[in-house]
Amino acid sequence: MAPPRNRRPGFSKRAQYSIFASYLLGILGAVVGLLLLLVSFIDPQGFSVLRTIGAETTAPVSKTLSEVGGATGNAGDQISAYFYAASKNAAMKRELEQSRIEILEARALKQENERLKRLLKLDQEVPDAIGMARLISSTASSSRRIATLGLGSASGIEIGQPVRAPEGLIGRVLEVGPTTARILLVSDGKNVTPVQRANDSLPAFATGLGDGTVDIQPINIGTNPFQGGDLFITSGSGGLYSPGIPVAVVIRKNESGAIARILANPAKVGHVVVQPIFQAETVRQIGEDIPSEFDIEGGE
Amino acid sequence: MVRTRRSRLDRKPSQWRIKMIPAATVVAGSMITTFSIITDYPILPPLGLLVLLAWRLIRPGFWPVWAGFPLGFVDDIFSGQPIGSAAFLWSVIFIVLESIDRKAIRRDYWQDWLIASIAIIFVLIGGMLIVDFQTNLLRLDILIPQILLSILLYPFIARVIGAIDSWRVAT
Repeated sequence: MAPPRNRRPGFSKRAQYSIFASYLLGILGAVVGLLLLLVSFIDPQGFSVLRTIGAETTAPVSKTLSEVGGATGNAGDQISAYFYAASKNAAMKRELEQSRIEILEARALKQENERLKRLLKLDQEVPDAIGMARLISSTASSSRRIATLGLGSASGIEIGQPVRAPEGLIGRVLEVGPTTARILLVSDGKNVTPVQRANDSLPAFATGLGDGTVDIQPINIGTNPFQGGDLFITSGSGGLYSPGIPVAVVIRKNESGAIARILANPAKVGHVVVQPIFQAETVRQIGEDIPSEFDIEGGE
Repeated sequence: MVRTRRSRLDRKPSQWRIKMIPAATVVAGSMITTFSIITDYPILPPLGLLVLLAWRLIRPGFWPVWAGFPLGFVDDIFSGQPIGSAAFLWSVIFIVLESIDRKAIRRDYWQDWLIASIAIIFVLIGGMLIVDFQTNLLRLDILIPQILLSILLYPFIARVIGAIDSWRVAT
């Protein structure tokens, strides 16, 4: 633990110079690091090859491990569940009663919906899924929220495609390798999802906060019409996500909008589904016109 | 060829083991994100950094000042941070630690832990601010669990690295 002796250069010019040179190299390293950072901000996709190589080489390990340990993220939840068992039980019973009624209503609505669709002769234009796979790893130590998916361009995955779980939206494809893809999660701070309120289709934007929640801002700034419990689903504007995928539920209001908890927790979902881009043509046009608005390439 | 045989007869550990083990353990620590640990917020301690700090504090002078750059660069590939972030932050840590080493009169275990803790806080907060300075400046509190976990994990990592170190130089 003690620093080695004879580290003071004394009067030897040679020793002094070598210390100076080592510091210079260290500072050079820091400066090159800053330059690399600058490059990654100007061109976020510039280093994606490196990251893809990293993800591809470690993918066999990740894939095996993800098969073994299914649920890694909910150990804490399971422990805390013991402490609130009784009150939770009561609350769940009430909730169950309420959901039963809502399910019946929803079933009726679904039937009506199908009948109307048949009348309009609306057919599904896009297939439901391109591929289904597990999330094999994530950037758990970084403040970015990016996960790796065990499918890649070999299975037809392309940049920008939305990724969802049964519970709701997970994110979108950011970078693609041959057998892995990197998914920008909804909760990432750089991910903006166009959403709408489920009951009155009030449009809003959901921006990730990096901790499993999103910040919901209404498009009509100045009003704050949100309430706790509001459900937000994708609106389909921007053409990236098909409309109607559940995204988040409001947990509290803030000054200008609301904070909402993301419904699909990537730590708990088993398999995720990669969907085709809702309106690929629209996305391409938007990308050409205003690259900054719905930046489908946007990463860093 | 002859040389390696003779050194084996002399029962000295191979140069590869002496030189490469520290870097290899740091890279292995950086690759912890490979494990299927999927979380919704940053919680996993930056193991690459912890291993790096352990080596740097156990064996001052083993690594040149510039070693933070290549090791940080490898960490960036796996961490999901923008490339260059750890390369920069780890370089800064090495420069600061080098000057501390030259000034310090005595060092003990608690000082090492304190230095490691400050370095961990610096890298985690720095990494978050690099990602997005303006919005993240107000939300640094989501790092608190990760910082606490990392600081508490450091003594354990230092023990493990100490054991690896004594195996590294053993005959």
